[in-house]
Amino acid sequence: MSDHRELYQETILDHSRSPRNKHAMPDANHHADGYNRLCGDKLSLYLKIENGVIEDISFIGEGCAISTASASLMTETLKGKRLEDVSPLFEKFHNMVAGSVEKIDDEEMLGKLLVFSGVREFPVRVKCATLAWHTLQAALKDNSKTVSTE
Amino acid sequence: MRTASLKPRRTTRKQPQMVFDPTAIRTDFPLLQTQSHDHPLVYLDNAATSQKPQAVIAALTRYYTNQNANIHRGVYKLSVDATTAYECVREKVANFIGTGQTHEIIFVRGTTEAINLVAASWGGQNIKAGDQIILSELEHHSNIVPWQLLAQRTGAKICVIPITDAGELRLDEYEKLLNDTTRLVGITHISNALGTINPVKQITALAHKYGAKVLVDGAQSVPHIPVNVKDIDCDFFAFSGHKICGPTGVGVLWARQEILEAMPPYQGGGDMISSVTFEQSTWNAVPYKFEAGTPNIAGVIGLGAAIDYVTGIGMDKIVAYENELLGYALEKISAIKGVRIVGSAKQRAAVISFVMDGVHPHDIGTILDGQGVAIRTGHHCCQPVMDRLNIPATARASLAFYNNREDVDRLLDAIKKVREIFG
Repeated sequence: MSDHRELYQETILDHSRSPRNKHAMPDANHHADGYNRLCGDKLSLYLKIENGVIEDISFIGEGCAISTASASLMTETLKGKRLEDVSPLFEKFHNMVAGSVEKIDDEEMLGKLLVFSGVREFPVRVKCATLAWHTLQAALKDNSKTVSTE
Repeated sequence: MRTASLKPRRTTRKQPQMVFDPTAIRTDFPLLQTQSHDHPLVYLDNAATSQKPQAVIAALTRYYTNQNANIHRGVYKLSVDATTAYECVREKVANFIGTGQTHEIIFVRGTTEAINLVAASWGGQNIKAGDQIILSELEHHSNIVPWQLLAQRTGAKICVIPITDAGELRLDEYEKLLNDTTRLVGITHISNALGTINPVKQITALAHKYGAKVLVDGAQSVPHIPVNVKDIDCDFFAFSGHKICGPTGVGVLWARQEILEAMPPYQGGGDMISSVTFEQSTWNAVPYKFEAGTPNIAGVIGLGAAIDYVTGIGMDKIVAYENELLGYALEKISAIKGVRIVGSAKQRAAVISFVMDGVHPHDIGTILDGQGVAIRTGHHCCQPVMDRLNIPATARASLAFYNNREDVDRLLDAIKKVREIFG
């Protein structure tokens, strides 16, 4: 564990180096900004939602490997998902990274997001992994204010 | 080397010709003998706080075991002894920072409280709408926000001395800012983010030409270079105990006697009064006027032990050793491909902020931690510095006299590990 490869898995490194869906979206109909004061990470999230389905989702911003990879993998996972599926998925994701459940359940539902399971060993990095998700919640509420992970 | 002998070595070190021996010094610090993530701990976050030598830990234990009593009020021996121990430290501090005037030393919680005290008390009395307060881009948030609060209350204006890309103050711009409305210049002696040592003597002389007072934030200077407030000629000087091997929760404000006497109290309570009736109270003499309530007696006594410890080694030896180690670290770190050191002031202390291509400082910090190397990452409570240099954050290694080349080598190996993981 001491070389932290558990945390920095290859998929995370890949998504932090080459983030997917990293661009602004001029015709987005939902948007929010997120800010992690601890690391200074800033994130803008854009969504195009039609008939209860996330037709398109993207982000811009600068952050650490964990927060960038989390935003990238979140957008990849959520594209095409129905809105009612978002909250249950975030709950599972949050439980996994915050270590609030003994055993990670519903691995199938989490899919690629399972690469973040190592975060639970690093309490100070949980906020990095959840910044994109907190920003998503704000965007879905159409809350244009900046959200903070504090 | 890590077989710890925890005996204080102060007596031997007080010999004037004693050779500086970092290996022996390390054994004085119990925490430096510990492991982190299965590696011997390499502690390089000294700008945040210092580790404590056994002499300081023993002083705290001794106080609570044998000396504990409230001060300045008991007629019994224990209280008299505790008072003496507390007041002796005031004398130690006065000598340590070159004033020699014990009543000019006020014990506070730390640098932050010292600055808040000056802003609230002196500032409340002397700063009016339209007055100018000059700060610098290098300031820690604690030397910005108290002045902002004061400016909001009074309608005063805050102006900022810009820095160069190297992280040095633009003194030409500073001179342009100074005018007859300038009431106070608040300046850090050493930047906690970049290590820049500011020319505080020159800054003070310029401010005094316009009748402005000068507050020097000495949080980073007192632990690393010899400081003489009379030589600087500033009006206020603040520092924290915990960064100079002392306990947390204790610090010092120094100010000239005539300034302190003219200032209203900061907090009201016991010990700071001369007489109290429901109609009116009168204030105790300085410094007691500014020490309301039971102070951090143990902390002050611990600070005294810390000052004994570092003066036993010698601040001149400490600065020479740290400079040599800084030179070694700068040379080695700057030679690593893809690593850039942020800040290159000609006069600098042993603080090394750096960034790595393609790796966020927070990830550097996590991987270094896994190798047992403790550094700070983030904005270092200096968001204006980060904004000015257009970086979100840095990784920062800050050295102390108990660090050695082996620590620096472990840092280098850990940085290589970051490169291995991130490619």
